[in-house]
Amino acid sequence: MLFLKKNGFIPFISYKTKRVITPYLYMAPTITLLALLMLFPMIVVFRYSLYDNVIMNRNPAFVGLQNYETLFADEIFWISMGNTLYFTLMSVIFHLLIGLAFALMLNSKEVNSTIKSILRVFYIMPWVFTAVIIAIIWRLLLDPSGVINYLLQAFSITGSNIEWFSSSATAIHALTFVNIWAGYPLYMVSLLAGLKGVSTVLYEAASIDGANEFQKFWHITIPHLKPIIISIALLDFIWTMQVFPLVWMTTGGGPIHATEMLSTYTYKLAFSRYKFSLASASAMIILILSMSVTYFYIKYQKSRD
Amino acid sequence: MAKPFSILNIMTYLGLAIGLVYACFPVLWMLFSSLKSNTEIFSLPPALFPKEFTLKAYRSIFGSPMKVRFFLNSYLVATVVTLLTLFVAILAGYSFSRHSFKLKKPLNLFIISTQTVPPISLLIPYFGIVVAFRMYDTYFALIFTYMVFTLPYAILLMTGYFNTLPKELDEAVIIDGGSSFTALWRVLVPVSIPGIVATGVYTFLLSWNEFLFALTLTKSTEMRTVPIGIQLLMGQHAYEWNEMMAMSILGSFPILIMYLVAQRYFLEGMTAGSVKN
Repeated sequence: MLFLKKNGFIPFISYKTKRVITPYLYMAPTITLLALLMLFPMIVVFRYSLYDNVIMNRNPAFVGLQNYETLFADEIFWISMGNTLYFTLMSVIFHLLIGLAFALMLNSKEVNSTIKSILRVFYIMPWVFTAVIIAIIWRLLLDPSGVINYLLQAFSITGSNIEWFSSSATAIHALTFVNIWAGYPLYMVSLLAGLKGVSTVLYEAASIDGANEFQKFWHITIPHLKPIIISIALLDFIWTMQVFPLVWMTTGGGPIHATEMLSTYTYKLAFSRYKFSLASASAMIILILSMSVTYFYIKYQKSRD
Repeated sequence: MAKPFSILNIMTYLGLAIGLVYACFPVLWMLFSSLKSNTEIFSLPPALFPKEFTLKAYRSIFGSPMKVRFFLNSYLVATVVTLLTLFVAILAGYSFSRHSFKLKKPLNLFIISTQTVPPISLLIPYFGIVVAFRMYDTYFALIFTYMVFTLPYAILLMTGYFNTLPKELDEAVIIDGGSSFTALWRVLVPVSIPGIVATGVYTFLLSWNEFLFALTLTKSTEMRTVPIGIQLLMGQHAYEWNEMMAMSILGSFPILIMYLVAQRYFLEGMTAGSVKN
């Protein structure tokens, strides 16, 4: 950091030059790190995706878009795409519904405020645990001879032990269910902050005009929360689409690709089949998908200013 | 306004109770399973509380140098990443908050958009780079790659915090002839401790929980972090469920403590991604 310190004392640099340079000196470590470890790798992965047999071969040949063509012709790529979309959409919808329900209850005037602040601590619990730990908690709970199967049979909802994660009929739904549990707290916290910002005068005025609870919710609460809902849902969509540890630790993409996601598909291409070029093309597709949604997110954020 | 036993009142309490079970039952099940013996885990009928409380699972973890090493690795990497990230983010946050410069807007936009870059897209080039620079299976590989993902959040949080402080605070130092460097470290940083703590807590959490890079960029058992350690336990042929649950409890311990002690800071970090800029 010596250079910054020096800069303050160098007499022969004019005040104006110093004013121009100083902010960049403070930004220098950030710019260096992000250029080296964010921009450069993106260029590398794009380049890899246009070559044949990278990393494994010292002199890979340029093949243009051939890797992308191979990918688009692969049935499992499309299965992964479908699974990722289903998993992401269901997660976002239920995160929102559950997060909103919790936020509304925690903001309810019907409930004692001490109880509410204690409950809030517990409702955020799932968020404290990392994906790997969430995966093994639910593997234990959803085990064929685990407690959930026991309870379902005790109440005669199901007839026999279900292998939630290892049957291709249930695996994707079980996985989505677990992800919904893991992800609603972000919505709850953000929406709760939003609810605190709604002026009570609005509700009182609506009551005087004879509006019922549902009308107040639909015409006052929801429009007020809309910007938060849109921002969080877009971010959640991007992050959920990139899911890896939870899938890797529960089903590993199986049984027979029933829960294969774009991320596990890409990972396996690279690190179990060593097809780094194909994996790079697949990684580029995930990057392009994420960046397109990010574009809408940033455009939306800007429109709010 | 609330009538003591209105239908809405009863419904709300019922909803809150269902919510509590939904949110906490899995966590309690993990906690009490870690206190059972492995043979009791699947005993019928299943019971939340152990018939016989035992710390066997915890003793077995602390008795294994390999498992203790997972924890030391995680603490080491997360601490170094947090310190480095804070240092770089304080400089950048100061620049964003107090200076105006040509590339400010595009840089800010770039940093916001890096939050959504998928780790898997960078993983393959990272693997190539890390191997080429002989950093494969070292702490450096993890520290550098984690920083790319902690830095954007940290910068946004620090910029946000500096923006809440009056400009006169540090400008006074510069008017008195001090350098901007003095203004930052002697004046601004000491009054920004709450913001720095919030940023530090969130950075620690992100690196403590990281899975994909730790899985791919390290190989030897001595270099593994806690999440990968849990995965390794999972891969053994006989599941020691009680030990995996104990490992999960211990692996969540620093985060849980930070959450309970510094809840407010935690929530700030959590919503950092969605804050307006």
